[in-house]
Amino acid sequence: MLASYPPGRQRSAVVPMLIFAQDEVGSITPELVQEVAKRCGVQPVQVEECVTYYSMLRKKPLGKYHVQICTNISCLLNGGEELWKRACEQTGLGHKQVSADGMVSLEEVECIGACSWAPALQVNYDFEHLVTPERLDEILAACRKGDYVEKAK
Amino acid sequence: MFASHPPLFSNPPHPREVIMLSKRFRLPNSASIDTFLAHGGYRSFRKALEMTADEIIAEVKTSNLRGRGGAGFPTGLKMGFVPRNSPKPKYIVVNADESEPGTCKDRLLMEYDPHSLLEGMLIAARAIDAKKGYIYIRGEYRYLIHILDRAIEEAYRHGYLGRNILGTGMDFDAYTHSGAGAYECGEESALLESLEGKRGVPRIKPPFPAQVGAFQCPTMLSNVETFCSIPYIVEMGGKAYADLGVEKAGGTKLTCLTGHLNKPGVYELPLGFPVDQLIHDVGGGIPGGRKLKAFIPGGSSCPVLTAKECEGLTMDYDAMAKRGTMLGSGGVVVMDESTDMVKVALRIMRFYQHESCGWCIPCREGTTWLRKMLQRFDEGLGRRHEIAMIGELAKNMLGRTFCALGDAAALPTISIVEKFYDEFERKLNAVSAPVPAPGPFPVLNDPPPLGVGR
Repeated sequence: MLASYPPGRQRSAVVPMLIFAQDEVGSITPELVQEVAKRCGVQPVQVEECVTYYSMLRKKPLGKYHVQICTNISCLLNGGEELWKRACEQTGLGHKQVSADGMVSLEEVECIGACSWAPALQVNYDFEHLVTPERLDEILAACRKGDYVEKAK
Repeated sequence: MFASHPPLFSNPPHPREVIMLSKRFRLPNSASIDTFLAHGGYRSFRKALEMTADEIIAEVKTSNLRGRGGAGFPTGLKMGFVPRNSPKPKYIVVNADESEPGTCKDRLLMEYDPHSLLEGMLIAARAIDAKKGYIYIRGEYRYLIHILDRAIEEAYRHGYLGRNILGTGMDFDAYTHSGAGAYECGEESALLESLEGKRGVPRIKPPFPAQVGAFQCPTMLSNVETFCSIPYIVEMGGKAYADLGVEKAGGTKLTCLTGHLNKPGVYELPLGFPVDQLIHDVGGGIPGGRKLKAFIPGGSSCPVLTAKECEGLTMDYDAMAKRGTMLGSGGVVVMDESTDMVKVALRIMRFYQHESCGWCIPCREGTTWLRKMLQRFDEGLGRRHEIAMIGELAKNMLGRTFCALGDAAALPTISIVEKFYDEFERKLNAVSAPVPAPGPFPVLNDPPPLGVGR
């Protein structure tokens, strides 16, 4: 990854490195910040400032299946908000909360680029389009049992 | 393969579509280089190799291709601004940070035809003498990073990337670069900051990226769809491409139909397509035979139009500008008569408040205040004099920020308040409005939580 950037520009790798590492570790730990800083040749604080800026980077682990429901305009018009409320009721979780067993977490997200197939959600990196309340229940049940099949890792 | 969802295009295409950018979408295994080569792939690049840089730029200028990311800047001009005689290296940067609400077109191009993006980058690289190109993809589109990485690997294997491409002495490397969730990074200068490993905040302009871009070097930075259009311009010639569209806006555009429609989807339509037919023919009309109330032509940053303003309107840059809005990114949002416009204004503002990078105070503070005020209106707690105040506040954000995010938040808000004033008035009576406190200074409390746990 570091070799993709021009000489002396290894700082560029900070954000991609953080997000790919986070996918393996689960969250951005202090050790991870140190390691990324070392590899990219920057100060830890320069890594830290990215961690707090980018909304996909997080310091606390989320659920094994992170269910991200879009309620932005196109989804809102097609029932995204109802899906979000339903998911909250079904799981007893709120925005960015994780279930006790660590299997599921919820997040109300901004536009995920699935506007023509609204309402949409993402389970980790998998897109679910034209989600009906019944389909949402299925997705959540599969996530809780741990048998949701991820294809877009 | 990497995708987890059914096809994103309509099959068969709508008869009104003009199939060009989307011509390979419906082929089996369309993302592979074999399919690409079998259907005319890299032919334009080979043609471009026999043209001079000036000839390529001239064709793009003739084509009237305008940036497909939202601003609609003429691409030929942008290419011409890159100082080719500069001793610094030049870069190609592709903006694949598609995150404008209502927009979902670049996904299709990258998922079904990634090599056309690489071909567009190669032709542009040839024109501006760039040796490296980066594709900045939003973090949520992870599966597209895999698809593009595989396409890049295939292109290296077939000799379309790397050293001495096709024996011509041209060198070019392409890389993908993942974002990590920031709408602001779709703004060109913030994208460049982010590409350099920093927080995605905008830079002051000028200098524009053409002069001082990635790594402080001359850069051609454009949207995915813009790059994907370039091979067709080289193939058919700028004039033929321009003739597909209207005056000052050539070619076709992937248009994302979203909102209250029977057949939402992404359709390839020529520039200048009538809005009425867009909604009622291509989009299949509004469900339940309801009437059109409001229309957003190109993503949530555009001022909202009323049904009356849509009469006789066509989908092109200048026609939209005449009605006081923008063609934007092609993310059409159709709202029927059942839509609560105060709620829409609130949701749009909540988005901008969340995505404001915090660099410029008018935007950071303005979006927060506006969100709080709109929230109170949505709950029926607004006060009459505050309706005008919303518009006033938003107007104070215009032109006072480094990038266009402040304007993008203010413009739709101003248009909704002006055009749907009565809905704000009606909301006053939703609950018995409290009498304004006679205190010296109104105190705005934090709004109650949205949904559960927010």
